[in-house]
Amino acid sequence: MKWLRRAPWLIAASMAAVGGWLFFAGHRGALTAPLAGAMAKNPELIARGEYLTRAGDCGSCHTEPGGPPFAGGRLLPTPFGSIATPNLTPDRSTGLGGWTFEAFWRALHEGVGRHGELLYPAFPYTSFTRITRADARAVFAYLQSLAPVHRSRQPLGLGFPYNLRRGLAVWRAVYFKPGVFRPDPSRSAQWNRGAYLVQGPGHCSACHTAHGAWGGTIGAPLSGGRMVAQDWYAPGLGTRVHGGLQGWSTQDIVDLLKTGQSAKGSAFGPMAEVVARSTQYLRDDDLHAIAVYLQSLPPQQARMSAVDVPGAAASNRRGRRIYAAQCADCHSADGQGVAGVYPPLDGNSAILGPSGVNAIRAVLLGGFPPATAGNPRPYSMPPYAQQLDDADVAAVVSYIRTAWSNHAEAVSQADVFRNRHSPTE
Amino acid sequence: MRRRHRAGRWRWPTVAVVLLTAWPAIASTHGPPVPDTLQQRIAACTACHGVHGGGSPGSGFFPRLAGKPAGYLLRQMMNFRDGLRSYAPMEYMTRQLSPAYMREIAAYFAAQQVPYRPAPTPALPAATLLQGRQLAEHGDPGRKVPACQDCHGSRLTGVEPDIPGLVGLPYDYISSQLGSWRTGTRAAAAPDCMKEIARRLTPAEIMAVSGWLASRPVPADHRALPQGSVMPPLACGVLTPADGGT
Repeated sequence: MKWLRRAPWLIAASMAAVGGWLFFAGHRGALTAPLAGAMAKNPELIARGEYLTRAGDCGSCHTEPGGPPFAGGRLLPTPFGSIATPNLTPDRSTGLGGWTFEAFWRALHEGVGRHGELLYPAFPYTSFTRITRADARAVFAYLQSLAPVHRSRQPLGLGFPYNLRRGLAVWRAVYFKPGVFRPDPSRSAQWNRGAYLVQGPGHCSACHTAHGAWGGTIGAPLSGGRMVAQDWYAPGLGTRVHGGLQGWSTQDIVDLLKTGQSAKGSAFGPMAEVVARSTQYLRDDDLHAIAVYLQSLPPQQARMSAVDVPGAAASNRRGRRIYAAQCADCHSADGQGVAGVYPPLDGNSAILGPSGVNAIRAVLLGGFPPATAGNPRPYSMPPYAQQLDDADVAAVVSYIRTAWSNHAEAVSQADVFRNRHSPTE
Repeated sequence: MRRRHRAGRWRWPTVAVVLLTAWPAIASTHGPPVPDTLQQRIAACTACHGVHGGGSPGSGFFPRLAGKPAGYLLRQMMNFRDGLRSYAPMEYMTRQLSPAYMREIAAYFAAQQVPYRPAPTPALPAATLLQGRQLAEHGDPGRKVPACQDCHGSRLTGVEPDIPGLVGLPYDYISSQLGSWRTGTRAAAAPDCMKEIARRLTPAEIMAVSGWLASRPVPADHRALPQGSVMPPLACGVLTPADGGT
């Protein structure tokens, strides 16, 4: 009977012991973890981590142009100032050398730094929070397997009040919901894989969803938007009615992500970099999964501002004349391009968005689609900044945006002027 | 596997049907097929630098690429890509090119042989041009400014595979490059010897030496000298082999 009276105490004490053991074991596991150490050296895990790191395009932001891979230092422009990316190599004092997996997980999943500081969402943890713990482990194992590079981080280029990280608490309350991707059991495994890659590691919404003045997403997911602090428009990714990729087949999407080129258009501007550094390395089954998911995105409303002025292209004589002289040789008079060589302009989603900025900049800058394994020697487009003045560019871009089956708004000379010298990043 | 089998079964009839039905359409609406040549592929380069890399001397800015050492041209593309050289259109152009493609493009322009077209000569006083000549031919040993010829070759036509020629370049181009080295918007692999030299020159001297170089007649033999023809007086990072890394 005595022991019965003591039972609550015994239970409480054993619970405390078990709890304490779990607590400390958890922490010890995270801090020293011989098991985790062994796992981290597992070549299969590292290879999977490398693949996921590619899928997440981590190296793009965490590498300074010309600098050592993953050692950070690239300046990311934001509307509030620039942020230099940190060093992801396992250097003890300047990189992730002293990090535990738990700390890494917290950064990826919760957007919280090693010392509890709130991270700026230039690091897209709003997407990376969808990444599974197993995948995060693989990425961490891969990053820890890199050769350490000693490279201090440049100070934040943010002014008051944006340099106060505590202010991010408010932002996070509005725009950030942590949570691992949850598969939808009513959908196929392929769809779920695609959704996971797009929403999680691929962080497509960082560009392809509209962002408000405070840098949070405000539009329907993946319905397109002006890029944050960059003069480019990321088209919507839906393939159904009024979607940015309306009419794109699975193969078109796979081709663009794999080679930088498809029957519907070529990757240029920031997307060229994404293809060159990330998506061209994805397996075909993953690319197909992405395409299947994008094709399931809901149809969009027609844009209210898109005006269908009959004969807009025909009355644009100057634009038509410049098109015939400068563009038709490659893109053909009917805007169909040349399959596998020059992209069509009729129905080309990249240049038909609500903003004409992409078409304007494509004309001014010209350039190459990315050189990829699938298209190692791409054909290019001459830059026309020297040959055409602002009025010429406005005329020909307006022509292209209203000719054939295109019904986008014309652009003005002022639009061209504004983008003539915008930074190319 | 089943899909592959099906694809295999349908491939030839499908190809035949596509060819039969699409060929006349392609031929009629799109004219002759696009030439599968490097020259056609690099229209983005030739729009400013000329189909054979002759440059646009009339514009005073787009430099000649023809006949420049391939290693030098490759390095410049990489330097634009990596932010060592700043010129937005070229940075954008080179950003997503692979090292292999850059090497092919560099080899194309290095192999071109086109006559030099006269660049506009700067209207500078004779005394300035004389000062420029003195600097180019003899340097200023007191301030450790070497002569241009010490590295760029006795005829100033460059040295294979990494040192460019200095003849036939527009005045605006040369002076802005030297100026860029001083201000840090053009750089090369460390140790960056041209940065050191440009920093030892005054703006007036840059004007003088650029003016003299731009007004020089191009020698009949304007090929770069063979590798090993010069012993550069400074340590130069660009004279170590370009690795072609990504």
